[in-house]
Amino acid sequence: MNIFVLMKSTFDTEEKIVIHNNKIEEDGAEFIINPYDEYAIEEAINQRELHGGEITVVTVGTDQAEKQLRTALAMGADKAVLINIEDDLEDTDPFTTTKILETYFTNKQIDLILAGNVAIDKASGQVGPRLADRLGIPCITTITKIAVEDKAVKIERDVEGDTELVETTLPVLVTCQQGLNEPRYPSLPGIMKAKKKPLEEIEIDDLELDEEDVLPKTKTIEVFLPPERQAGKILEGEIDEQVKELISLLSDEARVL
Amino acid sequence: MGKKVLVIGEIREGSLRHVSFEAIAAAKTLAGDGEILGVICGSTQLEAYAKEMVYYGANRVQIIENKKLKTYTSDGYSQVILEVIKKEEPDAIVMGHTAIGKDLTPKLASRLDVGLISDVVEIDVIADNIVFTRPIYSGKAFEKKIFVDDMIFATIRPNNIEALSRDESQKADISKLDVEITDLRTIIKDIVRKTSDGMDLSEAKVIVAGGRGVKSKEGFEPLYELAGVLGGAVGASRGACDADYCDYSLQIGQTGKVVTPDLYIACGISGAIQHLAGMSNSKVIVAINKDPEANIFKVADYGIVGDLFEVVPKLVDEIKRIKVNA
Repeated sequence: MNIFVLMKSTFDTEEKIVIHNNKIEEDGAEFIINPYDEYAIEEAINQRELHGGEITVVTVGTDQAEKQLRTALAMGADKAVLINIEDDLEDTDPFTTTKILETYFTNKQIDLILAGNVAIDKASGQVGPRLADRLGIPCITTITKIAVEDKAVKIERDVEGDTELVETTLPVLVTCQQGLNEPRYPSLPGIMKAKKKPLEEIEIDDLELDEEDVLPKTKTIEVFLPPERQAGKILEGEIDEQVKELISLLSDEARVL
Repeated sequence: MGKKVLVIGEIREGSLRHVSFEAIAAAKTLAGDGEILGVICGSTQLEAYAKEMVYYGANRVQIIENKKLKTYTSDGYSQVILEVIKKEEPDAIVMGHTAIGKDLTPKLASRLDVGLISDVVEIDVIADNIVFTRPIYSGKAFEKKIFVDDMIFATIRPNNIEALSRDESQKADISKLDVEITDLRTIIKDIVRKTSDGMDLSEAKVIVAGGRGVKSKEGFEPLYELAGVLGGAVGASRGACDADYCDYSLQIGQTGKVVTPDLYIACGISGAIQHLAGMSNSKVIVAINKDPEANIFKVADYGIVGDLFEVVPKLVDEIKRIKVNA
């Protein structure tokens, strides 16, 4: 099977957000593989173990994404591609990313594309479904189980807590939800092997795209932090009294009951 | 100048989801003195839902009934909605940021070759610009976005934009449209319901959430009882999910769901930064935790330092007592 994983490198979930000049400060921040993309990489490895084939992990990102791509290779992916937009694009949106990926995938032999169901930074959740549409293949989002037999694909997907059983055929693009699998940590031999695995770096010119072809359709004009929450009132006294006080505060002061 | 705004309504368990009414309110902001056109897809008997959309502010509703629309598929629904868009040529499209909204709208946006701003919590009209505010980094920050082109397409997060008040005297034109549906590439074999009350966390007005302090699957029972008397839903921290006390679909946080209920009651949750990201934009937060130093107290409006297994049942009793008296 020819398996592709769409991966994004994102801020570590431990990171606090700092805004400087109306932009999120990235200097000094730790980056990780977007947690939902880890499920995608793990599932790609599982599927390759069952059906053979090759896994290519593709990222549209900047220089620092190389590190997360190496981690994906250390987990077990075969090849990595960084479409580096660092020097070319100032502003991107899900349309931009999809357009770049669409061009990358033109003329590629695709059986299965796996992506995270959402990236924990911008959280648009658009690139997977948009790309599937551009490539003319079905898209199944938030999957929690996948079984492939020849061309037939059986999937369980999470729909707001309920499980939907879906059938389709290859090629297909799926987006991965928590519960699909337990992503492995890279092993030491895996890390050593990853150093020798191919990591190709290309730019949008290599895809014969100009900046105009990928101009975003939406623009961010401001980023800001929510007002910091103040610690409120710690209730005192006997538990019974606290319970009564809490309920009267919730109904009279906060007016949420 | 008025805009023609299409609102995609969504049915869940026999009623229109409340976020569909919130989408009508959002559409009102966008439409100015223009028109709000609702659209509802399903297999049969959609007129009652259409009327509901009218009561909440839609000026006209288009219903599309087809056996192939009984369960949602992105292929089926997108064919139908695209047909409506082709016929009506709206200036803007609004839908709820729900499981279906998230699955359907990127595909529509791709097909229409337009931008899409998802998960919007606020819409402001500032001079000629329409500005959409949305959370990023799971609510650790927010961004304000605008469209480069004229076409507007947004999904709105449940519980953030207030629906207009329901008015049964409102009348509007409800019409049926026949659309031929071909080429469904995915087949829904079955839907296994796991959520007993059919309430999705993202739409719940009250959430009672448990963390590691709940200690076991059984430990969640008092939380379900409290959620029950408050008409809310139960959520969990990653710790509780990882420990297998509950299903991952309940997880709230940077991975998992981001929620903004009116009332969030955190029971036995320490308050890791990843969890706070998912819930700290709730209107009112209550924390119940044995550890007075727990991080969760830093964001809580009201805190009780105590054992949740003592406090939660007492809360249930007290609320029941008040309800009986009222």
